Amino acid sequence: MQGREGLDWPLQPTAGLLLRDRPGGDDAAPQDGGHGDGAHDHAAHRAKPALPHAPGALISARGLTLARAGRPILAGVDIDIAPCEIVTVIGPNGAGKTMLVRALLGLERLDRGEVRRREPLVIGYAPQRFDIDRAIPLTVARFVALGRPAAPGGEIAAALAEVGAAPLVERQISELSGGELQRVVLARALIRSPDLLVLDEPARAVDYAGEAELYTLIGRLRTERGFGVLLVSHDLHVVMAQSDRVICLNRHVCCSGVPDTVAQHPEYARLFGPQAAHAFGVYQHRHDHSHDLAGAPCPAEGGNRKPEIRNQKPGDDL
Amino acid sequence: MLEPFLLRALLFGLGLAIVAAPLGCFVVWRRMAYYGEAIAQAALIGVALALALSLDVTAGVLIVTLAVSGLLLLLSRQQVVPFDSLLGLIAHAALAAGVIAASLASGRQPDLLGFLLGDILAISNVDLYWLLVGGAAAIAALIAIWRPLLSLSVHADIAAAEGTATDWVKLVFVAVLALVVAIAIKIVGALLTIAFLIMPAAAARPLARTPEQMAVIAGVYGMLAVAAGLLLSVTWDTPAGPSIVLVLAGLFTLSIVPSVLRR
Repeated sequence: MQGREGLDWPLQPTAGLLLRDRPGGDDAAPQDGGHGDGAHDHAAHRAKPALPHAPGALISARGLTLARAGRPILAGVDIDIAPCEIVTVIGPNGAGKTMLVRALLGLERLDRGEVRRREPLVIGYAPQRFDIDRAIPLTVARFVALGRPAAPGGEIAAALAEVGAAPLVERQISELSGGELQRVVLARALIRSPDLLVLDEPARAVDYAGEAELYTLIGRLRTERGFGVLLVSHDLHVVMAQSDRVICLNRHVCCSGVPDTVAQHPEYARLFGPQAAHAFGVYQHRHDHSHDLAGAPCPAEGGNRKPEIRNQKPGDDL
Repeated sequence: MLEPFLLRALLFGLGLAIVAAPLGCFVVWRRMAYYGEAIAQAALIGVALALALSLDVTAGVLIVTLAVSGLLLLLSRQQVVPFDSLLGLIAHAALAAGVIAASLASGRQPDLLGFLLGDILAISNVDLYWLLVGGAAAIAALIAIWRPLLSLSVHADIAAAEGTATDWVKLVFVAVLALVVAIAIKIVGALLTIAFLIMPAAAARPLARTPEQMAVIAGVYGMLAVAAGLLLSVTWDTPAGPSIVLVLAGLFTLSIVPSVLRR
């Protein structure tokens, strides 16, 4: 057991983890190399020998492959999350981000690949979709307590206060707004004292100010409590400052590394440039609006904004 | 003083209402009304089985409801046919098979209407023992799985990610459902058993603030409906099951009036 490795390691991913999935060095990658080479990437990935599971990782997956209705969703994805590390998975719509999370959590049947967990591993999970079920009468306090039976009332209140949801404690779950519900789900994940916090698009239902605040909170809690975090996000900019490592996913791992590196990576530019102009649309939008975050419609001329993203520095828009 | 048959029916009905209340809440929360319906409508096959093998009727029904419940749990994993269509298909196929089988079984004509709609005259001392033992087992099992089952009902993926043994909990739950349905058809009949489970729970929802409150209120409503329904049944010689269910429908209507008016 090499658990030591992670403990003094809040901000410095090991070189092996950092470099593992990059298709090539930044310098070597041709500027126009991104055009239509998806198949090539898959082939290159499969040709790579399987790496051993990372020792000491909270969760370590190799070669995750799954298809649904004949459509490939994930192809040979490797991922490790070390203790106290914040790993952010980004990618366009349909990239398989949520499926990757579900596969890691054991919620999806794999066609191939293996997920290893450190034992024991306490997981706190906030899913992307949380449909409020009005059939069940349930107070917020009781919902949070489902995460940890016999949690003292004081801890429930503290967990809710941590996510700014203290006033909701006696409200019914069925009465909450989407943003309130998201905070309450996060409180339930936190009260478990998780080793690994898994958040799938946690900012989906909150406005921009709330989103930045949420990621700052997650970063602070990670430092205080030392849990690992797997975060799924639709774009890099807001999560950047808090992430130790970013994995850019489009059914396979396109590139990964520290946020800065990924933002400069041609694969990233290719994924979020011409193909997914909406990512820029949202980004542009933020400068004069503080709301309407999720799924904003895309401006058509995304292509010629490419240089902006390549020069993006962390924190510019924060 | 009450006639012995009526006293037996009343004890049976009141006891069943207590067992049905928490179970009915979970049927409502888990949206399994049609699942339960399919199990209940298969009960007639069990009646035929019991007649053919000279078993106790509840034992015959229990064998079939458990088998169908397990089969449905397996079928719920497939994604080819929408599950609600499948449930409708199985419920009615089972009803058709049950009516034919019960008509053919053992030569003599069984009281089909009694099995379909409930018959207070059919409640025997053996049925009271079934309720006592089966009901106690059902309540004990529900208490044992209460928290994980509640967590699963609120959000199945979060529960599973948190390490809840979801498959086991589901299995115990559908077994308890099969057990209570098998006991209940004696008084409310195969066609109305699910109504007896879900109506008190649905009527209790507007007043409840916690899951446990909902179960307790449902129990009170169920017992009220049993007493009032049996009174109707002996006064006007109406079938027991429909009388109880009609009272429950009235209670439900009253319970949702405030929330309808508020809109």
